[in-house]
Amino acid sequence: MAIRWFYYAAPPTFYALAARLWPWLAMLAAALGVAGLWIGFALAPTDAQQGEGYRIIFVHVPASWMSMVIYLAMAFWSVLGLTFNTRLSGMMTRALAPTGAMFAFLSLWTGALWGKPMWGTWWVWDARLTSELILFFLYLGYMALTSAIDDVRRADRAGALIAIVGAINVPIIYFSVKWWNTLHQGASVSLTRSPSMAQLMLWGMLLMALSFWAYTLAIVCYRVRSLIIERERHTEWVQALPEVSGVKA
Amino acid sequence: MNIFFTLVQRDLRLAMRRKAEVLNSVFFFVVVATLFPLAIGPEPAMLRQIGPGVLWVGALLATMLGLSRMFEGDYRDGSLEHMLLSPHSLGLMVLGKITAHWLLCGVPLVILAPALGLQFDLSEEALWMLSLSLLLGTPVLSCVGAIGAALTLGVRGGGILISLLVLPLFVPVLVFGAGAVQALESGVGAQAHVSILLAMLLPALFFSPWACSAGLRIALE
Repeated sequence: MAIRWFYYAAPPTFYALAARLWPWLAMLAAALGVAGLWIGFALAPTDAQQGEGYRIIFVHVPASWMSMVIYLAMAFWSVLGLTFNTRLSGMMTRALAPTGAMFAFLSLWTGALWGKPMWGTWWVWDARLTSELILFFLYLGYMALTSAIDDVRRADRAGALIAIVGAINVPIIYFSVKWWNTLHQGASVSLTRSPSMAQLMLWGMLLMALSFWAYTLAIVCYRVRSLIIERERHTEWVQALPEVSGVKA
Repeated sequence: MNIFFTLVQRDLRLAMRRKAEVLNSVFFFVVVATLFPLAIGPEPAMLRQIGPGVLWVGALLATMLGLSRMFEGDYRDGSLEHMLLSPHSLGLMVLGKITAHWLLCGVPLVILAPALGLQFDLSEEALWMLSLSLLLGTPVLSCVGAIGAALTLGVRGGGILISLLVLPLFVPVLVFGAGAVQALESGVGAQAHVSILLAMLLPALFFSPWACSAGLRIALE
């Protein structure tokens, strides 16, 4: 089976695979999103303490999860890219970064909207808020570095290195600001104890999280296709593609 | 190990021939530290509270000023390429350059900080702790910063790019460095903070030259 993985690591085969995958993933994201929002805003009960305001949790928590997962995925592709020297890994990392930054920003933004009615303030210097903000800065740093280097090979490899260094630092940053100051409520969902929220709320959140996953996969497939076609535009197989030769004619 | 000392010596000698560059970042530190009381007001209680943080942020920014010069000169005149091609361990050479950077940018701050701390009305123990925390923290800044310097080598807009890359990574050092002084002042004791600073220094010393060498190889490939 191991050989099949490398088969898809070749840009031409992945280009075709991504073309088939992304519309399905996008539809899945939309369907799951509608279901999740419907549960979250129509079915889930009103919270005893926080009233209706808590409903932003259905966007806020999945967005925060996603922003962290995407950074890990970037680090994963970076390690792969630096060790196996595959062309696709760099493109995957590049394609993931804007979505990760978007989710980090969304998480901060919805967090501020949630914090205002609950804590009475838009922003507090709490461990999780601060580390999410720094994660957002790490995404910006990665994108700034890769866009400043013209040579794509060098940009990919330099970006990979900074993504790995950042990934090693994220837990250190998290614990350092945690000891520094903490106000944020405990983790909403934990694997070790039973969840402290209603079943229905949990379902809404899970559906939203899955929807964000599907959205991320869809947009990454779409973006990687653009990157592949841009970088391989001199090759014969790109020239032979119907979408490319059609434009030229 | 010889190559390490040779490089430290060489970098120090090169810096001594252009003293202004070294002095600039020290002078910058002094000016920044002086601006804060002017902006915030001269109440001693307030100054005592913000002093450690202000001096630490100042030290952080001053260290960063010197970062872009760390490999730039060697890159321009081609000696960096020779270092990469030489049979000696690149990691050791990079560690030498990091050490030289720390001796030139970090140590002056460690020595100057207590004098500037007097402007903020810090107590004697707090001044000692400030120096100690800077002594342990600034090498970490040099180590982490060197990775940023290696990656942005020869890139347009490199100076501002370094700050974007490394400032978020400096956060833990800042938290525990400034926190050490504040913990001492509040009577909690700074031992935990000092231990954590040390715990950050050791892996930084070990991994940074390695990551830096990878960065330099990418830049010069």
